[in-house]
Amino acid sequence: MTMAWVDVCAAEGIDAEDVLRFDYEDRTYALYRTEDNRYFATDGLCTHARVHLADGFVSGTTIECPKHNGRFDVTNGKAKGAPATVDLGCYPVEVRDGRVRISLSSEGTG
Amino acid sequence: MSTIAESDHKVLRRDYRLTGPEAVIAQERGLVSADWYQSPVPRKRMKELMQRSDAPAIRDTVIWLVLLMATGWMAHLLWGTWWSLPVFIVYGVLYGTVGDSRWHEGGHGTAFKTSWMNTAVYHLGSFMMTREPVSWRWSHARHHSDTIIVGRDPEIAVQRPTAIWRLLLLFTGLPQVIAEFRKLIPNCVGRLTAEEADYLPASERNKAILAARIHVLIWVAAITASIMVGSVEPLMLVGLPTLYGRWMATVYGLTQHAGLAEDVLDHRLSARTVTMNRVNRFLYWNMNFHVEHHMFPTVAFHALPALHEEVRADMPAPYNGLLGAYREIIPALIRQANDPTYFVQRPVPQVVLAS
Repeated sequence: MTMAWVDVCAAEGIDAEDVLRFDYEDRTYALYRTEDNRYFATDGLCTHARVHLADGFVSGTTIECPKHNGRFDVTNGKAKGAPATVDLGCYPVEVRDGRVRISLSSEGTG
Repeated sequence: MSTIAESDHKVLRRDYRLTGPEAVIAQERGLVSADWYQSPVPRKRMKELMQRSDAPAIRDTVIWLVLLMATGWMAHLLWGTWWSLPVFIVYGVLYGTVGDSRWHEGGHGTAFKTSWMNTAVYHLGSFMMTREPVSWRWSHARHHSDTIIVGRDPEIAVQRPTAIWRLLLLFTGLPQVIAEFRKLIPNCVGRLTAEEADYLPASERNKAILAARIHVLIWVAAITASIMVGSVEPLMLVGLPTLYGRWMATVYGLTQHAGLAEDVLDHRLSARTVTMNRVNRFLYWNMNFHVEHHMFPTVAFHALPALHEEVRADMPAPYNGLLGAYREIIPALIRQANDPTYFVQRPVPQVVLAS
């Protein structure tokens, strides 16, 4: 299946070890850049209480929800313990010509 | 900012149960998992404030545990003499008060950078405070979602109208510990209370039951040890400090929300920040910056003073020490005993109201 890539931002438009909110159509996503310049994308809302993860704290490959400190692995969306117990959906990411793009052609896997 | 006008208080005696009609009313008013006011902090600065470190928490934990063991050993050596009394007072506070702040920070997972250290301190603090760690983690998450929202927040310490005798008993720890055993015992036989079922997801229920059984087993071991040696001394060292050492945790804890507004979506109106000296801030792990903690729970205890400075222009003035806070809290709670609609109205900076 051909992936439908959606342009998000410039590769340098997000700081290392940080997260960026990305709204597309009627959904919200979170784009991450790790300290070693890898990019990942997940659903944008915490599965525990529907809080925007883009206001949270990225440490290594972990995103921490800003409201209840629920933690997820940004590389695979896995919840890392209460109160986060349901995994996040994940989306393929690529960097091409200095732009970050994510594939939203299907429901996130996670 | 959202508030409920006084005229909306149709029911003077409110129903604080999570399973009562107020839970439905809160939902209808849009107070459940709502968007709360946040003071503006640039993302770059916020990232700095959210940084984690093991060093401050390891330093404080080593000091705490060394003091706990030293006073426990001294109390054992002095057992049977009046000299043990002041030593037990100090030991009790280190156990039944400091355990509370360590439970809290460990539960948020922010005290240490290293995850297992947070977990270890959380479980130690949970036992010290007689709190079953699984359901309390979820209870506290609810407290942060719906802070002082009646019918939603399971951790409203003083309900209106104020029951003065119950309030005074909080300093003995008895109401808290009795309430916890009313959950622990059903949990031990595999049952959850209705309140627990309201905030505990199905995936966590067996974990809560296991944790309750472990806690009760430790209590049984301490009681058995006391019976075997024919002395209450083992229980005075493990178990009972949750009662006789909790008074200071109550002194600190009541400053957080007591007497302030219910059902508002702005932590500046329903929580207090109180200036405290270094000793109190060590014992309480900086939870005196309580408005800031609620507004930004990802900021660790050691960064709260810096956060306080960052947002202070957008905050009501902090209270001047415990005395300053209690000058307001005591009259407010006495007044709320007869007038449950009364609450202290905090002055929010005008610049924010206009923005």
